Amino acid sequence: MPLALERLPDAYRQMHVIRKFEEAIRSLYQKGQIRGSFHPCVGQEATAVGVCWPLNHTDYLTCTYRGHGQALAKGLSPRAAMAEMLGRSTGCSAGKGGSMHFTDTAHGLLGANAIVAAGVPHAAGAALSAQMRGTKQVAVTVFGEGAVNQGVFHEALNLAVIWELPLVLVCENNLYSEMTPSRETTSVADTYKRAEAYGLTALQVDGNDVELLYATVEAAVERARAGEGPTYIEALTYRLWGHMMGDPEVYRTKDEVARARENDPLLRLGRRLGELGYSAAALGALEAEADDIIADAVQFAEASPLPDPSEAYTDVFA
Amino acid sequence: MPTITYAQALNDALREAMREDPRIFLMGEDIGHHGGIFRVTKDLIDEFGPERVRDTPISESAFVGLGIGAAMTGLRPVVELLFMDFALVAADQIINQAAKLRYMSGGQVEVPIVIRAQQGGGRGNGAQHSQSFESWLAQVPGLIVVAPATPRDAKGLLKSAMKAGNPVVFIEHKLLYNTKGEVPETDVEIPIGQAEVKRPGEDITVVTYSRMLFAALEAAETLAGSGVQAEVIDLRTIEPLDMATVIASVKRTGRLLVVHESHSNCGLGAEIVARLYETNPEILTAPARRLGAHHTPIPVAEVLENTILPQATDIVALVEQMLD
Repeated sequence: MPLALERLPDAYRQMHVIRKFEEAIRSLYQKGQIRGSFHPCVGQEATAVGVCWPLNHTDYLTCTYRGHGQALAKGLSPRAAMAEMLGRSTGCSAGKGGSMHFTDTAHGLLGANAIVAAGVPHAAGAALSAQMRGTKQVAVTVFGEGAVNQGVFHEALNLAVIWELPLVLVCENNLYSEMTPSRETTSVADTYKRAEAYGLTALQVDGNDVELLYATVEAAVERARAGEGPTYIEALTYRLWGHMMGDPEVYRTKDEVARARENDPLLRLGRRLGELGYSAAALGALEAEADDIIADAVQFAEASPLPDPSEAYTDVFA
Repeated sequence: MPTITYAQALNDALREAMREDPRIFLMGEDIGHHGGIFRVTKDLIDEFGPERVRDTPISESAFVGLGIGAAMTGLRPVVELLFMDFALVAADQIINQAAKLRYMSGGQVEVPIVIRAQQGGGRGNGAQHSQSFESWLAQVPGLIVVAPATPRDAKGLLKSAMKAGNPVVFIEHKLLYNTKGEVPETDVEIPIGQAEVKRPGEDITVVTYSRMLFAALEAAETLAGSGVQAEVIDLRTIEPLDMATVIASVKRTGRLLVVHESHSNCGLGAEIVARLYETNPEILTAPARRLGAHHTPIPVAEVLENTILPQATDIVALVEQMLD
């Protein structure tokens, strides 16, 4: 089943929530209210919705430090996410994880990870667990094309194939590994070709087309649930902002970014909705709803208490 | 009480626990029909099948990582590293991941994984197959580290490790697998974090663990011949450290020597001595000392390896010096 047309406005709102979440963080970051690193996913909102919406809340997800969008699309509340950004006790990890470690086990989010490719074997292990327990759950792991140059990615992919794990691997290829163009450091820049060598179905799709990605992921999830093993999906996308706050972006031209903006997944979905008869006012109303959700999240986070210092000692061991 | 080998004790612990708890499964290299290079998983595949006794490729990062993912989602994996030295290949998964995921998630995620590995020298395996990493591992918040020396403790601590609900690095020693000891037939469970006095004495406290327990006991026997009664404490658990047992002993003996096979430099001996000086310096009648491997890689030739690793004779000499 493709993403139903009547859900497209919801997708549009969700993608705007993600965009505005990142914009709010940038603003708070610039005001010095956020500590640590922030790796925005601006421009990659379609991979959040397209990957997470075909999943049940009991399906597992691991993502990366650029995974705010996936976390929100999987079900993490914007309030808990924003409070975590501000290091508040009401944050999803009570202020201990921060931007790079969003976790929400109630929605199957096992964790974003700050080590490139480290979450891939975790998702494979969750898939193994689902397979052994016979639960029909599926695990999805999202990572960047940079992860495909890490050894553990290849090791985990090999195991996923030989054990026929119910795993969907989604590579968000945004062309840049940190601050270096991936094509300059990678022998075969099309990651799906490398994955294909392990003997599984590997596809490359337009990652800024939320409907296409949803359908592709959904089909892979169905195969996994049916016991037909893992699928690799390379979603071509583009990171419209820098690798992190303070990235001078010397590796690309302003022209290139301007051209990429024409392919912004939010604009594309907006054009699509326009073709389906939604008015500019209707779209504006959805964007305003997204604004309200983020304003509420920021207000909630700012009003939330800081963690008690004694909390620094808890949660080390069960 | 039956006398069995250390390897058999571990095998029994795994078998009994797997019968009791269907969540427990094993992953590692050559652990299936081969039974593991030290036979710890011998015949388990016959009873539990390849689903629960999984041979893996030589991909330590991946199978430790899969173990973590399985542990986070309701299973109780026990993964085996062929040699502790290979933990470095999986160091990200052990140190950045297993040890920290619970904390970073604010307690949402639990990682009940046991990582078994044999370590240490004395067998001529060379610098990449003879290292001892307990001091490094104990430095990582979020890891429990155990290192039993006897078959009874090996069985009892492995049982406890599988129930701990936390990441446990379970350290075995390659020269202990064929050693024998009495193990009760009734269920034996040794609590994590409890040292044991393996030989009582009044003149000096020798704190040790793993294979060095036997060097310390041999040294104590020699010293007894000249009228010196050494108390030998087997830590059994490295992290959390049972300092209470150490302090209670030193209160009686006034002297402390820590012996371990891992390198002395920045090692566990330094930690134990420092803790004692911080809390109870008044109970020492002589400066506390430590004895570990010299600061070189571990060589192969027997005469070289024995030069680098602590020997019973080194313990005797150091104790005599401390009592002088």
